[in-house]
Amino acid sequence: MTDTLAMLAIFSGLFFFFSGSIGLLRLPDLFSRLHALAKADNVGLALIALGVIILEPALINDIKIVIIWLLVMAASAISSHLVARHALRENRNDD
Amino acid sequence: MIELLWSIFDITLVLILLALAWTTCSTQDVMRAVTLFIAMGLLLAIVWARLKAPDLALAEAVIGAGISGALLLSAIRDYPSTSMVTHRSRLTEGIINSLTLALMILMSWAAWHGLNMSDGVRLSEQVNSQLPVSGVSNPVTAVLLNFRAYDTLLELAVVLTAVLTVLTLNEKRADHEASSPLLQGMTRWLVPLLVVTSGYLLWVGAHAPGGAFQAGAMLAAAMILLQLAYPSRRQAFNNHLLKILLVIGILTFMLVGLWMMSLNDDFLAFTPAWAGTLILIIEAAATVSIATALTLAYIGGRPIGWEGVGREDTHRTNRSIIENGGAE
Repeated sequence: MTDTLAMLAIFSGLFFFFSGSIGLLRLPDLFSRLHALAKADNVGLALIALGVIILEPALINDIKIVIIWLLVMAASAISSHLVARHALRENRNDD
Repeated sequence: MIELLWSIFDITLVLILLALAWTTCSTQDVMRAVTLFIAMGLLLAIVWARLKAPDLALAEAVIGAGISGALLLSAIRDYPSTSMVTHRSRLTEGIINSLTLALMILMSWAAWHGLNMSDGVRLSEQVNSQLPVSGVSNPVTAVLLNFRAYDTLLELAVVLTAVLTVLTLNEKRADHEASSPLLQGMTRWLVPLLVVTSGYLLWVGAHAPGGAFQAGAMLAAAMILLQLAYPSRRQAFNNHLLKILLVIGILTFMLVGLWMMSLNDDFLAFTPAWAGTLILIIEAAATVSIATALTLAYIGGRPIGWEGVGREDTHRTNRSIIENGGAE
């Protein structure tokens, strides 16, 4: 039962990563690519972390996984913001 | 079934690594080359983890991908128009290629021979048999800080020499433009966490993967983040303190070595009963020095006011003479 649940979470997480990668390759401009990548990564990683937590019995490791998820989420949001801000400024300079 | 899946995973990993290495070397665009190099570093960290070498995985991720990536990116900022197109003659290219090929064949042979040598003493067995007297229970730390402490001392000397060269060549880089408040907000959360993680890596090195180099690089990462988030704080450094921190690692290492020489007749021959404590002291000092060295390397040269007291005094004397002269 727990295994099935974990696999379900992990594979739906992988699906989000997969669609994020497709978005990165297929979408027309930087901003929509960033959008696809950041959203897909956050949800994908959350689902994979959830799956791993279900599989991992030790509480201390579960806490570590949650912390990793929070850190990656903050880092990906901030770096997307920085990339987008930089791109916006470049555009403004071009005009 | 599971073994087959792992094999597929490993083979994919190696193929992507090779492809990344090839593209990094062959691309004409410097920015792309650096980005690919960072990606390759992260992938290499996974490869080390798969080879059950978590110490190396940590070091590769923090130093190979993280700090080197930051150094390369800031180098691009200094020389934005540098192109990777090189003008080598056919002969030079041929010589380079054949030498590389020869080196590759030699190394493959060495690896194959090393793995298939049936008799002879394996180094890991020697290390494990001596582990109880090393003062630590992590074999990697035992090798780095006890059995081959001399090598690590020289590694610290290499880092110090490299940074001294950087300091000799350049003033500190121009500051970045004012950074985003979001980055500043995250930095405030992240820097304390990085400091704690660095301390953890230093402490845990005695019995699990970790150690001075990883901890130092993590601390340097915190400093780089601070530099990026708060570029306008020009006088963030106390130069006297910085100079002491830069050399304290190698100084501690040598003093401990000499002290042990006076007791045990050999340089860096630790007394087993004290080895654990001594290693921790050396590693703590080395962590600080490595962090300082990497931070200075990232800054790219002498911070403002680095030249020292003597020069400042002459300036001040000159100025006071001029001012006095003006008053008269």
